[in-house]
Amino acid sequence: MDFKDTPEQAKFRKTCREWLEKNAKLKTGVEKNEFANIDFLQVAKDWQKKKYDAGWAMLHWPKEFGGIGASAIERIIWAEEESKFNVPKGIFEIGLGMAGPVMMEYATDEQKARYLPAMAEGKEIWCQLFSEPSAGSDVAGLRSKAVKDGDNWIINGQKVWTSGAHFSDYGILVVRHDPNLEKHKGMTFFFLDMKSPGIEVKPIKQITGGSSFNEVYFTDVVIPDSQRLGEVGDGWKVAITTLMNERLAVGDANGADVEDAFRWAKKQDDSGEPLINNKSVRSSIADWYCEANGLKNTKLRTMSALSRGETPGPEASITKIVSANKLQNIGAFGMDSLDMAGMLKTDDPEIQSFQNAWLGAPGLRIAGGTDEILKNIIAERVLGLPQDARADKGMPYKDIPSGNS
Amino acid sequence: MNLDFSDDQKFLQSEAKKFLEKEESVKKSRKVLESEESFDNDLWKKIIKLGWTGIRIPEEYEGLGLGHLELCVIAEELGRHLAPVPFSSSVYLFTEAIIKYASEELKKEILPKLVTGEVVGTIAVTEDFLAPTNNNIKTEVSNELISGTKIAVPDCEAATHSIIVCKSSKGLDLRLVDLSSKEVSINQVENIDGSRGHYSIEMKQAQSSLIGDEGNGWILYESIINQAAVLFSFEQIGGSQAALDMAVNYANERYAFGKPIGSYQGIKHKLADMYVALTLAKSNSYYAAWALSSESSDLPVAAATARVSATKAYELCSKENIQTHGGNGFTWEYDCHLFYKRSKLLSLNIGSLANWKEKLISNLERSNLN
Repeated sequence: MDFKDTPEQAKFRKTCREWLEKNAKLKTGVEKNEFANIDFLQVAKDWQKKKYDAGWAMLHWPKEFGGIGASAIERIIWAEEESKFNVPKGIFEIGLGMAGPVMMEYATDEQKARYLPAMAEGKEIWCQLFSEPSAGSDVAGLRSKAVKDGDNWIINGQKVWTSGAHFSDYGILVVRHDPNLEKHKGMTFFFLDMKSPGIEVKPIKQITGGSSFNEVYFTDVVIPDSQRLGEVGDGWKVAITTLMNERLAVGDANGADVEDAFRWAKKQDDSGEPLINNKSVRSSIADWYCEANGLKNTKLRTMSALSRGETPGPEASITKIVSANKLQNIGAFGMDSLDMAGMLKTDDPEIQSFQNAWLGAPGLRIAGGTDEILKNIIAERVLGLPQDARADKGMPYKDIPSGNS
Repeated sequence: MNLDFSDDQKFLQSEAKKFLEKEESVKKSRKVLESEESFDNDLWKKIIKLGWTGIRIPEEYEGLGLGHLELCVIAEELGRHLAPVPFSSSVYLFTEAIIKYASEELKKEILPKLVTGEVVGTIAVTEDFLAPTNNNIKTEVSNELISGTKIAVPDCEAATHSIIVCKSSKGLDLRLVDLSSKEVSINQVENIDGSRGHYSIEMKQAQSSLIGDEGNGWILYESIINQAAVLFSFEQIGGSQAALDMAVNYANERYAFGKPIGSYQGIKHKLADMYVALTLAKSNSYYAAWALSSESSDLPVAAATARVSATKAYELCSKENIQTHGGNGFTWEYDCHLFYKRSKLLSLNIGSLANWKEKLISNLERSNLN
C-alpha cells in the first residue's frame, strides 16, 4: 500500500497543476461567490474554451474531437487538481458527461466531427430530455410521442427536470414511437436542435428559489430521421448508456462538509461554551468524518484499481447516497446551531453555506436517481437480489395504468 | 496510488479463508458457546501451527517477521468465520505490546513462546462497570508486587500471562503477570457471547515485571489499543460481510406472498444500507491499515475512523441480518445470533463506540483538522 503517484502520473499531475496555476485561482476555504452578479454563462464558456484550447476540456476524448486521449487515471488526476481551483461549474457537465458518450457511440462520423468538438469547446451546450411529469424514477414510462412522417419524425409531448434547457443549443431526447409495444420496446432516441420551432421552455422554480430546471413542451416539433441515435425501438438501450454515465457523473455532493462543521463548532459559542464541547455535536461530527473519509478512501480504492489497469469494483455506487444525506445533515446542524436566528438570511458566507446545503440537499437526494432507486440498484446489481415484481411486465404500453388518465 | 493489498497478501487471505472454512470455524464457535469452554483448543493449536501467532514477531525471536498488513487480512478472515480463539487478545494486544515496549530480556523470553503457543496473553484494564480511564484504576503495584481485581478480562482460559494496567508511585504502569502464580486467582464470568470468554483476575501481592517506562502506562495503553483498533476493524468488517452475505442468501431463498422477500424494497433497502455501511468501514480500514503499516503520524485519527465505521457496520449488519431472517433469526438454531453477539463483543473489547468517537474528535482537535 502506498499513496504515491507513479513517475508518469506525478509528471502528468505536475503538468495539470502548472497549467491550472497559470490560468485559475486556488480555492481559499470559504469561497465567496465570485461569479455572482456577472454573466456566469459567459464566464463558464470562456473557461471551457480556455481548457479546450489546451486539451483539458475532454482530455480522455480522442485528439480529433479535442481531447488528448488521456487514460482513466489521468482523467481523475486532472479532476483532483481542477477541484482545488475556484472555477465555474454546472453548465457543461450534462452535455459532456451524458450527450457526449451517446453521440460518440451512436452518431455518424460526420455528426461526430460536426458536434463533438463544439460541445467540448463550450461553443454549443447540450441538455438531456428524458424525465416526464408521469415518468420520474420509472423513466421508461414516458409518453411523449414520435410519429414517422417521410424522412422526419414529429414530436409531441412534455419533458421535465431538464437542467439548462433554457441556455442549451442541442438536446438528447427519448420518446415513444409505438404505444402498442411493451414499454421498454416502444421507445426511440434522437438528438435535436433546441431552437427548432414548436419547442417551449418554461423554468421551474425550486425550493431554493433558483431555477436550474425546466419544463420543455413539444408541439409538432420536426426531427430528421438522420438525427436518430440507434435503431427504431432501441431507445431504452441507448438511454441506459446515458443513465449509467449520469449515475457516475452525479457523485459527490458539493457544499458544506465535515471540515466546515468542525471549524464552525470550534468557533460558534453556545451560552459561553464552544459547540464542539457538546457531546452530541462531537458524536455527529465523528459520524460525518467517518462518512467523508469513507468516501474519500473508497475513491482511492477505485483509483488503485484503475491505476493497475483493472475495472474497479462496485464500491463507488455508495457515493451519492452517502454524500447527499451528509450534506443535508451538516446543513441542518449549522442552521440549528444558530437557534432562532438560523432562519435568517445573512451575508455571512459560512452561514449561507449551511443554509444552501440544507436547501439544496433534497434536490441532490433525488437528481440522477433517488436514494431509493440507487438502493434498488445496489441491491439488484451489486448484491444480486431479484428485481421487484413489475405490475406492467409484458403489457402493451397503452394498457399500463398511470393513475392520471 | 495503491490502497489495496498485494497479491501475496491476498493469497494469504484466501488460504486463511479456505482453512477456516475447512475447519468449520462457525460451527466450532457454536460448539464453544454451548459448552463450558471459552475457546476451541483444537482450532487454536492449528492456528499456532500455521504460524499466525508469530506473524509479526521478528525472525530473531523465531516468528515470521511479516508486517501488519498480513495480520489485517488474517483478522478479516477470523472475523468472517467467528473463530472462537483468543487471537485478538494474544496477538493484536499482548504480542504487539511486548514487541513494542518490553525489555530485550523479556522479549527473548516471551516472544518465541508466543510463536509456539507456550505463552498466550491478554490485557487487563477494567475494574468496575464503567469505562476505564487514567483516573479510575485502583489496582496497585509496590515493590513489583501487584494487588487488585480486574473484571471483564477477555480470553483468560487460554492465557498464561496478562498485561495489567496498574497504579504505581509514578502514575500508571503496564506490568506483566504470570497468571499461573498462586497469588493470582482467575474466575470465569458469564458473558453475553459465550463463544469467547470473560474473566476476573484477582491479584494479592503477585510478582510482576514492568513493560515500558514507569508512570507512562496509560499513554502506552492508548498506543496499543490504537494499533489494535485497526486489527479489530478488520475482524469487524469480516463479520459484517458474513452477516450481509447470510442476509442476502436468505432474502433470495425465502418466499412470502409468492416471491422472494429480497424482491421487496423493504428488504432491499435494508440490505443496501448494510452494504453502504460496510463499504465505508472497509475503505476506512484499508486506509488505517496503511497508516499502521507505514507508522504514519495519522494513525490515531485513521484508527479511530476505521474503528467507529467498522463498529457501526458490524452492529448494523448483524442486527439487520436477524431482522431479515424474521422469527427464524431470533432462534438459537440459526447462526444470526452468533454474529450479533460477536459484534457486541468486538465493539466493547477495546472500548465502546462512544469512546472511540470521543477519541476521534479529540485527536482531530489535536491535529487541527482545519
